[in-house]
Amino acid sequence: MSQTGYIPEKKTSDDVYILSALVEDKPGVLFRVTNLFRARNFNIESITVGYSESSDLSRMTITTRSDDRTLDQLVKQLRKLIDVVEVRVLNKSNTVYRELALIKMNAQDPTSRAEITNLASVFRGKILDIDKFTLTVEITGTPSKIDAFRNLVSDFGVVQLARTGVSALPRGAA
Amino acid sequence: MKGAEALMRSLEKEGVDIVFGLPGGANLPIYDALVDAKIRHILVRHEQSAAHMADGYARTKRRAGVCFATSGPGATNLITGIATAYADSSPMVAVTGQVPLEMIGKDAFQETDIIGIANPCTKYTFQPRKAIEIPETVKKGFYIAESGRPGPVLIDIPKDVQQDIQDIEFPDLIKVRGYNPAIESDLSTIGKATELLLAAQRPIIMSGGGVILAGAFSELEVLAELLMAPVVTTFKGKGSFPENHPLAMGPIGMHGHAEANKIILEADCILAIGARFSDRSVGRFDEFGKGMNIIHMDIDPAEIGKNKTVDVAIVGDVKSSMKTMIKFLNKKMVKHGTEENSWLQRRKELIDYYTESIKDYPRDLTARKVLKKLREVLPNNAIVTTEVGQCQMWTSLHFDVISPGTFFSSTGLGTMGFGFPAAIGAKAARQNVPVVDIAGDGSFNMSENSLAVSVLENLPVIVVLLNNYMLGMVAQWQRTFYNRRYEGVHLHNCPDYAKIADAYGAQGIKVQSISELENGIRSALKSNLATVIDIPIDPEEDVYPFVAPGTGLKDMIVGS
Ligand SMILES: Cc1ncc(C[n+]2csc(CCOP(=O)(O)OP(=O)(O)O)c2C)c(N)n1
Repeated sequence: MSQTGYIPEKKTSDDVYILSALVEDKPGVLFRVTNLFRARNFNIESITVGYSESSDLSRMTITTRSDDRTLDQLVKQLRKLIDVVEVRVLNKSNTVYRELALIKMNAQDPTSRAEITNLASVFRGKILDIDKFTLTVEITGTPSKIDAFRNLVSDFGVVQLARTGVSALPRGAA
Repeated sequence: MKGAEALMRSLEKEGVDIVFGLPGGANLPIYDALVDAKIRHILVRHEQSAAHMADGYARTKRRAGVCFATSGPGATNLITGIATAYADSSPMVAVTGQVPLEMIGKDAFQETDIIGIANPCTKYTFQPRKAIEIPETVKKGFYIAESGRPGPVLIDIPKDVQQDIQDIEFPDLIKVRGYNPAIESDLSTIGKATELLLAAQRPIIMSGGGVILAGAFSELEVLAELLMAPVVTTFKGKGSFPENHPLAMGPIGMHGHAEANKIILEADCILAIGARFSDRSVGRFDEFGKGMNIIHMDIDPAEIGKNKTVDVAIVGDVKSSMKTMIKFLNKKMVKHGTEENSWLQRRKELIDYYTESIKDYPRDLTARKVLKKLREVLPNNAIVTTEVGQCQMWTSLHFDVISPGTFFSSTGLGTMGFGFPAAIGAKAARQNVPVVDIAGDGSFNMSENSLAVSVLENLPVIVVLLNNYMLGMVAQWQRTFYNRRYEGVHLHNCPDYAKIADAYGAQGIKVQSISELENGIRSALKSNLATVIDIPIDPEEDVYPFVAPGTGLKDMIVGS
C-alpha cells in the first residue's frame, strides 16, 4: 500500500486482514489505537501487543474484518497516530501467523479423557493441567485450526477458553 | 529552575506573546511564573472562550494559539474549544494543570482524566512527569500542532511537576519518530493532474480550508487564472479566494450559493484543494462527482479516499503542490487570463439567473440587507467571524470576503459561542484592523461574558447581532421538517443586548433601519470601542438555498 493510498473503485466484500504495527512503548498507546478503532467504526477481531526487536518499540498485531476501502482508511488513520511508527498489511500467503488457545474441558469420565487426549495429540496440542473434573489443553496454530479443535471438543463441554489473538511476521526478508 | 518557569521560557522560545486562560489550584505555579514572563495573559470568564480566543488568534496568525486552564472543571471547560479547533484543523497548544503525580488515580479533588477525554479531539496529548521533560514537550507540542495538518495539542502538567526544581536544558532539535508531516508531493501525479485539467472542457477548482491554513492565496489565484477555471469554495474555504474575483463562485454546500452548487455538477474535471468532501459541502458522497475526473490535493494522506474515491491524489503541502502545478502549466505556455469561453459564459449565465430569480425576504430589515451594508461599510482587511446557525449561513451567502484569510467560522463542529471569543483572539493577533462577529442571539448568549474581556483588555470587537429572538436555524428545521411544531427555540427577546453591552461598559446600539445600522457600524469603527449592534430581524426569515441532509447538491431547494 503506497503512501498516497490504493483506493479500489468499489467496496469489496469483507475479508480478514492482519496488520502489523510498530508502536512507541509508552503508556496510553494501546488506548489511542483501540479508541481510533471505536471512534471510526473499524472492526477488531483480535489485537496483541508485546515487546518487539527494539527495546523502545512494541509490536502490535491486529486482525480486522473489513472491505478494501475501509482497510485503506484504517491503515492511513493508524499511520496518522503519532505513536505509531510503522504499519504494514501482511499478505496472508507470505506471512507466518499463529494464535495460542487454552481450553479447559469437562473430563470426568475416563473415556472423555482419552478422547480429548487423542484429539489434542492430532492437533499437536499439549495437556497443561488435569484434575478430577477437567482437562486443560494448549493449542497453537492458525485461528481456523483453533476453531476446528474447539468445534470438535464442544460436546465435552468447554468450561473456560482463553485465546491470545494472532501474532504474525512476514516470511523471510519480506 | 522550576518546571513552571521552564514552561514560560519554552513558550517564549516558541515566540508566544499572549495566552488566554483562567487560573485555579492545580496551575497556580504556572500563574506564579507568568508574573515574570514576557507573555501577556488575557483573563477569560470561561475556559471555553479561552480556547476559542486561542483559536481565533491562531487562525489569524497561522501560528498556534495558547490557552491555560486548571485541572478538573477548568480542563473540561476547554474541551469544546479544543474540539472546535480539531474539527477545523486549527493549531493550538492547551496547557492544563493536573493534580500532583502521586494523587493521580485517587479521584482527588478536581482530578479528571483530561488526557483520556482530550484524546479523540486532539492531534496529540502529553503529560510530562518530570520538570526536565517540559522544554522538549513544549517544543514537540508546537511542532505537532503547527506542522502538517495543524491541530490542537494538550499538555497536562501535574502540579508537583510545575513546582519541581531541576537543572533544566532547552533542546534546539527534537524528533518525533512516528510523525512525518512533510510529504514531498509526487511530481508524476501533479503532471497527470495537469494533463487532466488541460484536457478538460469544464474545469473547476474547489478550494477548502487547507488553502487558508497553507496561506496559498496567490497560488490559488494564479492557478485559477491559468486554468481559466471558476472557483467554488467549501464553507471552510470561504475567504481562500477573493469573492469579487471574476472567477469566484462562492461556497458550495448545504447553504451554498445556488450558482456554485449548480456549476460544480456541470464540471467535467474538479481540482479539490485542501478540502475533505464533507457531507455539508457535497451532500451525498456516492452521488457527488459522477462522470467527472476528481483531482484531490491534500496534506493529509488519510483524507484521500476517506469520503470520496478520486482519480488523482496529490499528497503534500498544498502550497508547494500548487506551485509545482503552476510551473507545469507555465511550461505548457498556457495563457493567463479570464477571457470568455463557453464555460465561463455558463458561469455568468448561472450567476445572472440566480441573482434574478432569488428574491430577498420581503422586509425592510433583512439579514441579506444587513450583510450587504456591512460589506459596504467595512474595510476589506477587516476580520469577520461568525456564530453558528442562520446568521452563519447568511454570512456565507451574502457577505463577500475580499481579502483572503480574513474570515473565520466554526465550520466543522458548528460551535455556538465560537464567534465572539474567536473575534477577540483575532483582535489580539491583529490589533490594527477592525474585527466583527456576525452573531445570532442564541449563540451570542453563550459567550457574551467575553464582553468583559473585550472591554477590559482593550480588544474591541463589533458584534453585529442578527436578532430573531429565536434559535433560528433550529426553528427553520422545525418549520421545514416538523410541520412548524416549535419546541425549545423561543428566546423571547431576553436579555436586552444593548443593556447587556452597557452593563459591561461596552457600547450597545439598537437599530431599526439600514441607515441606523450604517451609522451604528461607522460609529463603532470610529470609536474603536467594544460594540454590540442589536438588529431585530423577522423570526420567520429562512435561509435559502437549502440542500436537505441526506440529499445531493442536485436536489437543492432554491427558495420557499
Ligand atoms: C453549542 C451548540 N449547541 C447547539 C447547537 C445546535 N444549533 C445549531 S444552530 C442553532 C441555533 C442558533 O441560534 P442563534 O445563535 O440565535 O442563530 P440563528 O440561527 O437564529 O441565526 C442551534 C441551537 C450548536 N450548533 N451548538
